[in-house]
Amino acid sequence: MKPAPFGYADPTSLDEALTLLAEDGAKVLAGGQSLLPLLSMRLASPATLVDINRIPGLDSVAVSGDGVRVGALVRHVDLLHHAEAARVQPLLARATANVAHPAIRNRGTTVGSIAHADPSGEMTSVLALTGGSVTVATPGGPQAVDWADFFVGPLETSVHGPAVVTEAFFPALPPRSGTAFEEVSRRKGDYAVCGAGVTVTLDQDSRVSSARAAYISVGLVPEVHDLTEAVAGRTVAEADWSAAADLARTLVDPDGDLHASADYRRLLVGVLTERTLARAAREASGE
Amino acid sequence: MNHPTTEVTTERAITVTVNGVPRETTVPVRRLLSDALRHDLELTGTHVGCEHGVCGACTVLVDGTPVRSCLVLAVQVDGKAVTTVEGLARGDGRGGEILHPVQEAFRECHALQCGFCTPGFLMTMAAGLEARDTSTDITEEEVDEIVGGNLCRCTGYANIKKACRHAAGLMKDGAR
Repeated sequence: MKPAPFGYADPTSLDEALTLLAEDGAKVLAGGQSLLPLLSMRLASPATLVDINRIPGLDSVAVSGDGVRVGALVRHVDLLHHAEAARVQPLLARATANVAHPAIRNRGTTVGSIAHADPSGEMTSVLALTGGSVTVATPGGPQAVDWADFFVGPLETSVHGPAVVTEAFFPALPPRSGTAFEEVSRRKGDYAVCGAGVTVTLDQDSRVSSARAAYISVGLVPEVHDLTEAVAGRTVAEADWSAAADLARTLVDPDGDLHASADYRRLLVGVLTERTLARAAREASGE
Repeated sequence: MNHPTTEVTTERAITVTVNGVPRETTVPVRRLLSDALRHDLELTGTHVGCEHGVCGACTVLVDGTPVRSCLVLAVQVDGKAVTTVEGLARGDGRGGEILHPVQEAFRECHALQCGFCTPGFLMTMAAGLEARDTSTDITEEEVDEIVGGNLCRCTGYANIKKACRHAAGLMKDGAR
């Protein structure tokens, strides 16, 4: 349970980091809360760790009317307590509250967990649900990558070669919208057996115009499911959220594992969808 | 602090202020902070349980914030301040020590059985209680949030939670 030997450098600029990352087997170290266990269990043995923690300018949360830009060194705890960010995009605080335990949130980075692309991670699905993107520093300059083009498979992204994900952008919640996020886990703070994040948007007449969901620990990559057709045009009071839950169950394709069968996960998708949509809708209607 | 570098090394000289005392040591870069504390600095109060961030036994404070020391490399705390369970009690000015309220509460509430998980619980709880608004009574939800990330294989959770509530009361009364 000790990491295999590796080389280590902690550059103070992105350019230096990219130069170091051009070497074979070099890997970025940010919060390390997923990487260090992989090293200790020897599931990963990179030749070099390029620690980006001493690079200035990567630790800011920038909030505007468009959304929230989160730097690569922003810890989960910073987003959890960021009132301005929560006002523009409430899913950020709601989801980070479900990321592991306080000691992990103090160290782990939100952008790092997105770059790690674990299907049981909360922030990958939040990036998807909000229609977000990431900025990737490469030797050729920064590139913006849409969430849909970023996630390729479990623990796999479309980014190859020397690169550092420097920022994640979460668009603002539209007007007349509400959100909710909820997980089921065996123990508090454990990886979710199943989780759901949802947004509901109402039209000018307070009727549902959009209901969308993204799930945690369901499927290999984050996916956004449009559930609008089950509840479109209904008021918040008359919408049948169980119909949306039924639709969600037909759209997902969960796998079974040691922690839960595929059927149980599908059941949870329904339960969490109905519950979170109703809550998000009430919020959208200003209740 | 020793200078950060673009040079790839496998060994590093680091300076860390541990429990208020500057300590210098040279470590392989793959050394976990938990092992650096125990092996290099001979502070064995920090316990190593799972070594992959699940159990919380190795929790220490880095610049006042609780982290799992098995999920941080020793080189990453170069220039920082680390507090371990050995640094939790404070001197009484006469060569003795005054226990931190969480230590007092653990003793009072019989919150330890085999004691292996205790250092992690103490550090997590001390930081969690110091961060909260002490003018209000602690809620069950707050207690769960504070201790929820630490495992006790003796399953002594009832008394650990009791100690958390008791310590919150002690700190509310200004015991520290």
